[in-house]
This record gives sequence, C-alpha cells and structure tokens, in this order.
Amino acid sequence: MRAAALLLRQVRYENRSFWRNPPAAFFTIVFPLMFLVIFNLVFSDRTVEMSGGEVAIATFYVPGIIALSVIGACYTNVAMGISFSRDQGLLKRVRGTPLPTWALLGGKVVHAVVIGILLVAVVSAAGTAFYDVSFPTRTLPAFAVTVVVGSAAFSSLGLAVTSAVPNADAAPAIVNASILPLLFISDVFIPLDDAPAWLTTFSDLFPVRHFSLALQASFNPLEQGTGFEAGHLAVMAVWMAASILIAIRFFRWEARR
Amino acid sequence: MHAGPAIAVRGLRKSYGDVEAVRGIDLRVERGEIFAILGPNGAGKTTTVEILEGHLERGDGEVSVLGFDPGRHERSLRERIGIVLQSASVDPYLSVEETVDLFRGYYPRPLPREAILELVGLSGQRRTLVRRLSGGQQRRLDVAVGLAGDPELLFLDEPTTGFDPSARRDAWEMIRGLRSLGKTVVLTTHYMEEAEYLADRVAILVSGRIVAEGSVEELVRRGARTTIRFRVEGAQPPAHLEAEPAGEEGAYRITTLDATGALHRLTGWALEAGVELRGLAVAAPSLEDLFLALAGSPERDGVA
Repeated sequence: MRAAALLLRQVRYENRSFWRNPPAAFFTIVFPLMFLVIFNLVFSDRTVEMSGGEVAIATFYVPGIIALSVIGACYTNVAMGISFSRDQGLLKRVRGTPLPTWALLGGKVVHAVVIGILLVAVVSAAGTAFYDVSFPTRTLPAFAVTVVVGSAAFSSLGLAVTSAVPNADAAPAIVNASILPLLFISDVFIPLDDAPAWLTTFSDLFPVRHFSLALQASFNPLEQGTGFEAGHLAVMAVWMAASILIAIRFFRWEARR
Repeated sequence: MHAGPAIAVRGLRKSYGDVEAVRGIDLRVERGEIFAILGPNGAGKTTTVEILEGHLERGDGEVSVLGFDPGRHERSLRERIGIVLQSASVDPYLSVEETVDLFRGYYPRPLPREAILELVGLSGQRRTLVRRLSGGQQRRLDVAVGLAGDPELLFLDEPTTGFDPSARRDAWEMIRGLRSLGKTVVLTTHYMEEAEYLADRVAILVSGRIVAEGSVEELVRRGARTTIRFRVEGAQPPAHLEAEPAGEEGAYRITTLDATGALHRLTGWALEAGVELRGLAVAAPSLEDLFLALAGSPERDGVA
C-alpha cells in the first residue's frame, strides 16, 4: 500500500514537470501524428497483404505508428531521460535519500507508459477519424494487452540501454542508432511484404517487429480470432526479462566522462 | 540515538587504479560541531566525504557514521543524514516549494517547509521554477533539499565554490545558522577563510593524508608563523635576527614561531644601532599561512 503511494507520488511529480515544458509536450504528441500523415500520403495507393487478404495502407500504418509511439515514449524517452538525469547528478542526489531506487525509476517508467498510452489514444483517434481505420472492438482485449506488454518491454529496454550510455552527450547517438534501423526493418515505417526472407528472419530476433505485427493483428479487419498473438508477446516478454536483469546488474548512478 | 561521535574513521584508504587518493585517514567528528576538511583541489576531500556519505566504497579502514557503516547503504542511515553534493541538480521544471516538498516526502520526520525556506533564505522564491533561479539560489536550494529530512548530520561538499564574495558571506551566515539547530556539519572546502570562519575544527588534507587537525586557533598556534616586515636605510640587520631580504632595496622580512622574542631582538638592535625601522608591520599568523606551508609541499598528485 505504502509502496503504491510512493510510486504514485513520484509519477505525479514527473507528470507535473512534463507539462511544465509545453513545447516539449506538444512535439512529443505531434511527432507520431506527423509520421502517420506523411506515410499515408506517400504510399496512399498501396494495399498491404495481411492474414486474410489485402487491406488499405492506413490499416498498416495506424498500428505501425502506434508501435512507434510506444517505442518513442518508453524506450527512447526513458533511456534519454535517465541518461540526462544521471548526468545532472539527479540520480546520485536521490540515492543519498531514503527513497528506494525502484520508486525513483518506477516513477519515471510509469510516467513514460502513461504518455505512451496517451499517444496510442491520439493516434488511434486520428486513424479512425481521418483514415477510415476501424478501432478494434472484438480484438480490443488483445490490443490492450499488446500495448501493455509492449510498454513494459520497451521501458525495460530503455532502462537497460542506459548502462551502455556513458554520458548525456552520447545518449541521443546511442539511443537512436539502436532503434531507428530496427523501425525500418520491422513493419513500422515500411511494409516488409516484398522484403527478402533473411531480412525478416533477422528482424524477428528483435522485439520491434513482434510488437508491430501483434498490433496489426488487432487492427486487421479480416482477423477471425481474438487477435491474441501469443508468440509475438512471448518474444517481447523474453526481451523484457533480459533487460530487467541487465538493468539490475549494470545500472550506474553517475555518468562516465 | 547513537551515543558516540558523529563520525569515526580509522585508517581509511581508497585507490583508483594505481592512484591512491586517500592514504590512511583518521577522523573524529563530535556531535554538534562544524567540521571542515580543508585541502587543495585533488587532495582527496570529495573521495573522503563520498565514502562517508555511502556513495563510494572504501578501499580499507573502519568507518562509522552515526554508528552505521555507510558502505552498507542502509535506509536508516540515509534517513538521518543530509547530503549536499558538489554538483547535483534537481528537476528544473518544479518550483522551489515543490522541490522541497518532494524531498521532504522521502523522510519520516521532515522539517516544516517554511522553516527550511526561511533558513536558506528562499522564502521569496517559493513559486519560482528551479530553472529560473540564479546560481547562488540553486545552491541554497541544494542545501534546502539536504535539510529536508531534519538530518542529524549534514554533508556540504564545497558549498561556496564559484560564489561571488557577497553570496559567499550569505552562505556562511546560513551555515552558521545550522549550528544553532544542533546539527553536525561536515564541510569540505579549499578556501581557508571559509574553514576559519565556519569551523569549530579543521582537518587539513594534502595528497590523501591529514597533515594537521584541530581547532583553528590550535592549528594556527601550533604551526603558523608570524611575519615581521620592515625597511632600514644604510644598515644591514645582523645575522642573529634571521631577516631575509624582501623585494626592494632595504626591505626585510622575518618569519618566526616566536614573535615576541623576534620583535624584542629586532627593536633592541635598532635602538642600539640608532637605526630607524620604517614601515614596521607585524602580520598575525593565519590559517592561510599554515595551509600554504602544508599544501605547498611538492607532493600534489592526488585525485579529487
């Protein structure tokens, strides 16, 4: 009970701080929408092969950009935020107080997940309103579970990668280089229906494509079942477990110069 | 409450690779005193306090802080100490009072917010966002955050480095004010005036070793020399006065542990020889002289 109150308190302060910087908050929200608009414009005439048949390109891009939103809010923002806090001595300062580590990091992660879910809602709303994509109803439980598992997995990855980031100057380069290429080969930015088999085999090693495919399944109007993609969820869960172990073992409180 | 001294350290050592930053330190800080660790940059001051704070693991030796071993990083110790690090920021988008409240919430028996703001002189900036505070105000907020939990023991690592003289004065008054609250304060500094002004007792740290320790008066009495300056025309002070030439023609300087004797001999010679001592000046010994004498030794290869 006390633990939950402690965590909630951290999240509240994180949240207050987030909205105090309106330009940053605005672009955090607009960023995925820009991608949604651009990709739908560029590939407007295409259709995409999904299980059950051909669907309009927007049906591919709405879940794709939802994946981008969650990854941006959880992986990128958690990794950058913690790297910067560490550089400014904020982590070390809190370490000298009675606040437990899990509450400090948990507050940052939960706030990232909340922002991620806000973005999911915004992108879903835009997709339904402007691109004629039907929001999942029968597959809604699967969609919700996928978003939660994805948020948890990519937040954990964001925490884990901070141990590879020596200081804040290096954070953008390392974080972007580790995620951007994957977004191009994971059915997020570009449909991989024409890609060589070895490429999809390769990208299936990483969690991004499993996340975007699981989201697609819940948005696919031709989907007959509940939309639960146990295999994809399992791969994300394995990445999450590995990330948490790495974060616990290698977490650093101070930047390296 | 633990009855012994606030801090007891025996034979503390710490190395970074091949560099020995702390080379066997003994310290004892009594409750309620302001204790300064004075030393040049790179003497090992920060390494020493970070071991006491629990941020660094010690290499060797015994360390007790309020009866706890800081190396175990126990919560009960963290509830009793306040730490003001050399460079550690807080969330720039929270206000002063939000920041103080955030940290107060981490402790079982925090000081009232108003008392903290009053003490550090930030009552007028309570609603100002941290990012809009001046450098001096941010440092005050650092201290406010360190005081949030009403600590028995407060660590201040170079609290006024980079301050202008008037901000430094203000900070000193604030730190002196902590004494009346009965707090034990351990501060590191490389300004001797700071140690002289604030501290009940001082340890001088050079190249990872304590080269002198005691009250400011004791240290000055024990080790510092009085400087006597004078000018004479057409005469040379005899050898037994131990006067050395000091710059311009006819100017001399005597540095001595025995000021009374030296002055007696100097004026005795001057009267007898009918020499006038122009610009006779006696400079009282200061901690600075002692510090420079000790810290100026060639061995200065420590790590911060």
